[in-house]
Amino acid sequence: MTYSSGQLLLFFGLIALGTLITRALPFLLFPEKKEIPKYIKYLADILPFTIIGLLVVYCLKDVTLNRTPYALPEFISILAIIVLHLWKKNTLLSIGGGSLLYMLLVQNIFV
Amino acid sequence: MNSNKAVLRAALPLTIPVFTGFIVLGAAYGILMDSKGFSLFWILFTSLFIYAGSMQFVAVALISAGFDPIGAFFMTLMVNARHLFYGISMLGKFKGIGRIKPYMIFSLTDETFSLLCSVEPPEGIDRKRFMFFISVFIQGYWVTGSLLGGVLGSMFKFNTKGIDFVLTALFVVIFINQWQSTKNHIPALIGILGAILCRIIFGPADFIIPSMIFILLMVTILKRPMERRGFK
Repeated sequence: MTYSSGQLLLFFGLIALGTLITRALPFLLFPEKKEIPKYIKYLADILPFTIIGLLVVYCLKDVTLNRTPYALPEFISILAIIVLHLWKKNTLLSIGGGSLLYMLLVQNIFV
Repeated sequence: MNSNKAVLRAALPLTIPVFTGFIVLGAAYGILMDSKGFSLFWILFTSLFIYAGSMQFVAVALISAGFDPIGAFFMTLMVNARHLFYGISMLGKFKGIGRIKPYMIFSLTDETFSLLCSVEPPEGIDRKRFMFFISVFIQGYWVTGSLLGGVLGSMFKFNTKGIDFVLTALFVVIFINQWQSTKNHIPALIGILGAILCRIIFGPADFIIPSMIFILLMVTILKRPMERRGFK
């Protein structure tokens, strides 16, 4: 560690501030007393259904399809999660099983 | 008014999936911070005040690359721009919740958001406290996990390769649940296909904002048919 406490405070503080801005902005733009426009209400209802897909892709953004291991660990593990979840409907089992399988694959098979 | 205990009993079980994910992922973050020479103080500080899983991992990479706080600030706005969607979606749910509102907004992570928008309090349970408990628990898991990682990391050596897949798994499961909860799959398809398309065109570092613009455009164009068909 070559940084002073003051430097770290500034660095992490600005990241905290940036994060807070992205979270608070909609609430600052549409305070409670103001009627929320119809269009924004529509967005509020529909966006949750679109954003989870974006988050899945965001998690997988660094996989590459054109060289080894051709995203195989991700593909196999996600397939396992889907099958497990449709079969057992147990969230914990699906997440735990899929993650353990993935770690097994990237640590032992697709090293 | 119901007792805190009753609200607790309603909220706690719902947070268990995130519990697993955040203890494990938080620990991975703590181990990473420890390996870069950060003390428990900075692990606690970042998990308490930044409290954004993926951004905290990015922050470690940024500070390891050199001291550029302004660059890091703008990077944060880019990486976390997706939070804008969460805020818009929560305008209604957070209306009139009073003094807990600032904390609810501050703690609106991916996981908290996905949980808050997919669960409803059981009958007779106070909605305000129900939501507040969920958010507090989840941050509690994250802070605990990251401190645990900091302590364990200084004691043992781990092979944590692939551990961050827990988050992917969580979102895949939420995606399946959401998919099964509605007959109209067009919004889900817009999200996932739009993001894949933008990832291919713009690359891994710069695709989030184009994806958000794409999603906004598509749902705006499809507003009439979506409202007619219903999507909830």
